[in-house]
Amino acid sequence: MTVSRLVSFGHLAHPLFVGSFLQFAVDNAGALAHLLVQHIVIVTQAIVLAVPIGVLLGVAITFEDRIATVVLWLAGIMMTIPSIALFGLLIPYFGIGKPPVVVALILYSQLPVVRNTYIGLTQVDEAAISAGRGIGMTRLQRLWRIRVPKALPVIMAGVRNAVIVLIGIAAIGAFIGAGGLGDFIFDGITDANTAMIVVTTVVLSVLALAFDYVFAVIEQVLRLHNGEDVDLLFPIRVARSVNS
Amino acid sequence: MSMIEFDNVTKIYDERTVAIEDVSFEVEAGTTTVLVGPSGCGKTTTMTLVNRLEEPTEGTVYFEGTDVQALDPIELRRNIGYVIQEIGLFDHMTVGENVATVPDLKGWDADRIDDRVDELLELMDLPPAAYRDQYPPSLSGGQRQRVGVARALAADPDVLLMDEPFGALDPITRENLQDEFLDIQSQINTTILFVTHSIEEALKMGDKIAIFDVGELVQYDTPRNVLENPKSGFVKDFIGADRTLKKLQVTMVDDVMEPAGPERRGLVDSVEAGQPAAADGGDLVPVSPTDSVQVALSRIIQAQTDAIPVVDGDDVVGVVTESAIRDHRAHGAGD
Repeated sequence: MTVSRLVSFGHLAHPLFVGSFLQFAVDNAGALAHLLVQHIVIVTQAIVLAVPIGVLLGVAITFEDRIATVVLWLAGIMMTIPSIALFGLLIPYFGIGKPPVVVALILYSQLPVVRNTYIGLTQVDEAAISAGRGIGMTRLQRLWRIRVPKALPVIMAGVRNAVIVLIGIAAIGAFIGAGGLGDFIFDGITDANTAMIVVTTVVLSVLALAFDYVFAVIEQVLRLHNGEDVDLLFPIRVARSVNS
Repeated sequence: MSMIEFDNVTKIYDERTVAIEDVSFEVEAGTTTVLVGPSGCGKTTTMTLVNRLEEPTEGTVYFEGTDVQALDPIELRRNIGYVIQEIGLFDHMTVGENVATVPDLKGWDADRIDDRVDELLELMDLPPAAYRDQYPPSLSGGQRQRVGVARALAADPDVLLMDEPFGALDPITRENLQDEFLDIQSQINTTILFVTHSIEEALKMGDKIAIFDVGELVQYDTPRNVLENPKSGFVKDFIGADRTLKKLQVTMVDDVMEPAGPERRGLVDSVEAGQPAAADGGDLVPVSPTDSVQVALSRIIQAQTDAIPVVDGDDVVGVVTESAIRDHRAHGAGD
């Protein structure tokens, strides 16, 4: 046991082993970049469509608590369906390739987006709402001037959650021909090419961290705009943790 | 002219709970009327009928002579200032943005709004340079309520509704804000409808007070008349056993002071010489004509003397004697 661990450790530490990863990355930089762009396009398309849908749903369910419970429950159920199964269910309607994957990603992102929109809009201090009503704000003005600004950072936190999940799920979309970095992972599995799998996974992780960072900064800016206390060193700290 | 008029107004919630029944009274322009009574007596409901946060079941509420039912509720609310106990500031907006809310809703241009915001913060003793760009969570309770009042006054409303505005503050802050507000009120001349459960606050703030007992308006009169002639056992109980002392609070030094006769020469001279008048119990701090008789009596007792000089600016304008206070009470008392 000890011996085998030593052996495998030595194997990993072997300069040629790391070198083979680097070699793969250098040799396939063009293809990796191409797949990375495909991946970003899929995730971006999904999130651009998912956010308005999720936010509208989140706003809509604030008007009726019973509907809110049902919608949040359904969105929760959605998260439990394995992505492969969901792709299979969507193929009859959307064919294969990118469309069913984008649709699946939209569905998966609903829980964090709808839930955070709902929480963000309903957490607002009720005294502020009744004061707003008392000084002559219409219902829409109360939504737009009080609830939405207070909810924006919370909604952004939901979008941030969704994007991270989508980047992972989008990789599986390669299985039904959507393209993206998942292509290299499936190829790597088929060819038993460890370097291919490891390098692609690292690229995926860095992509996820980059998105996470961007949305975290947006969230902090929105909080700052609302006069909330924010950690001003936050961007630097995250940048350090990403670099280290 | 009556600014607000209630004409036989009844409000019933859910077809069973009677909040107020057959309430009628008028609020004169430029005066402060305090609605006072125990919890659940209908005083807040009465107030919210004015800006149509609630609608009357029967009867009519008039605003500047017009039935409020004929007015657009949103427009009406923008023309009526509104302050609530919870304050309800918008925490995500700066103090300046909070105060600017109603002028902004009314579509004032930016320069006019800026000037108005500064003017109000100045009035509320919150220097704009220091407070305009702060966010409400960084302020103290008293400062937050000042911002609440400034926001309510921003669009220069004819009527201001205040629902227990100082109720959540500590006693010292409350008293300071009450005093400041009385001062501000004399500058702005707005008609005010004020709700409180504290009879002390009602007597202090009101030109007139309306005492409610479970949905019924039992007495509507000046603080002095309420104290002198409580209309019912309920009013008497509500005022408390110390109503004679409370009357001292609502009587001004001006009403009982008399010219300083030759026998008070020493008192007057020492005050005019800029020294506190010495008395048996220590220094005697003069009162002003707008202080309450309660303050005067308290200082007389404190200094173990029988008279206190009244000072207006640098001049001694008279004296208040202990016997004058006693006599005044005796003449005024209704029973």
